[in-house]
Amino acid sequence: MKGLLLRDLSLAVRAGGGFGLGLAFFLIVTVLMPFGIGPETPILSKIAPGILWIGALLACLLSLDRIFALDWEDGSLELLATSPLPFEAVAAIKALAHWLTTGLPLVAAAPVLGVILNLPGQGFFWLITSLALGTPALSAIGTFGAALTVGVRRGGLLLSLLVLPLYIPTLIFGAEVARRGAEDLDPATPLAMLAGLTLATLAAMPFAAAAALRVNLR
Amino acid sequence: MPDLGAYAVEVLSAYAVTLLLLAALVGASIWKARRVLRQLRDAEARRASSK
Amino acid sequence: MSIWEYANPRKFMATSGALLPWVSGLAALVLSVSLIWGFFFTPDDFRQGSTVKIIYLHVPAAIMATSVWFMMLVTSLIWIIRRHHVSVLAAKAAAPIGMVFTLIGLFTGAVWGQPMWGTWWEWDPRLTAFLILFLFYLGYMALWEAVENPDAAADLTSVLCLVGTVFAVISRYALLFWNQGLHQGASLSLDAEENVADVFAYPLWTAIAGFFLLFLALVLYRTRTEIRARRLKALIQRERTA
Repeated sequence: MKGLLLRDLSLAVRAGGGFGLGLAFFLIVTVLMPFGIGPETPILSKIAPGILWIGALLACLLSLDRIFALDWEDGSLELLATSPLPFEAVAAIKALAHWLTTGLPLVAAAPVLGVILNLPGQGFFWLITSLALGTPALSAIGTFGAALTVGVRRGGLLLSLLVLPLYIPTLIFGAEVARRGAEDLDPATPLAMLAGLTLATLAAMPFAAAAALRVNLR
Repeated sequence: MPDLGAYAVEVLSAYAVTLLLLAALVGASIWKARRVLRQLRDAEARRASSK
Repeated sequence: MSIWEYANPRKFMATSGALLPWVSGLAALVLSVSLIWGFFFTPDDFRQGSTVKIIYLHVPAAIMATSVWFMMLVTSLIWIIRRHHVSVLAAKAAAPIGMVFTLIGLFTGAVWGQPMWGTWWEWDPRLTAFLILFLFYLGYMALWEAVENPDAAADLTSVLCLVGTVFAVISRYALLFWNQGLHQGASLSLDAEENVADVFAYPLWTAIAGFFLLFLALVLYRTRTEIRARRLKALIQRERTA
């Protein structure tokens, strides 16, 4: 299992592996927002938690098809299916690799981007916390979506259509934590919801993803 | 036509759009059914004649 | 005679073919009666004026929109467990119907909301849940179209339906939290059937029956088409490899 994880991590970090692209996208989307919304600081300051959450979510989304695509194309996914590792574990490791190479960097980048969106001072801690807690769920759910569409050629848009509605509860609770934090309100309730959601998706999604992969590998 | 008062536009558009959408759904279903049936009959005929 | 007999495509085709004229006729009758009754022969509401007439479209469409998804869930499960093709093809056939009902619910809800709330759209948990349901329908239909192999498509869409349902339930609570805080009553509910007077309730129930019969007729009709399409695909496949 560790071997698989390390392999995926090194594949992602290598040139052409896509590492850093998610981060760059997050930056670009965040920078784009004031051009669409207007540069007024009070407005940006108010919606900063939401913008950052959506930007992070979209950056996660765009790197999802890489989870299985490369292995699917060169046949290593079939090899993994015959390995003694249960397929659910493979899916979980893939989700973990995705989070380490995409989600976690986003969490690190978010406060920097928060500065350019005039996020209120007290909001930074809760922004980071909510993203740290929520991005694993995004990776897990996204891995399921990627497994569903792995056989579809150029299935990126379909993947987005399938995954984005599934992202909505995580977005609602995550952004709410960040927003309450920024407005100096108590984020306990949405935080608990978010934590519950992440734990549930981490537990359940590998099974759903593995089932989808098995269908596609038939 | 009953006197719909101030809300005539809303009520009429609700009914119009609903009926339009239902008609489109029924129409599309019939169109697809006919197309598939025709193609199936052609395929069955080809199969019968090639035996 | 058990319902599983109809899992046999030939039996399904025979029975549905016999039933269809009756169900369609009944659907057309009940639907027209209910809508004509509701539109022409009911009074205006004290608070809502003539917009109350939208109830005969909005409520049945909304009820059917969620019911159809639930039917798709059940038939998808039957496919996963018992591998009956008719079942999953019925789910495939039902999806566009549910999608249109959702669209009708959204449009009539918005248009009803304009005079009541002063805006065409309101991020009310119910309307928003419907928008999400609409997206689920789109995704389900798109996945069927995207996957080449019919059995793989059946399996993948069934899994999607299952997972989607779980997330739809979670979303319901998330939305209530998002707009109105947990455990607060839905004050903007348009479906207040509890205190609907008889003069509105009778045509409303008839309209619900009409929409249900319409669904039944359409799903029988469309499932027949899907069964034929599946056979067509198999024949063409055989031609190609011959």
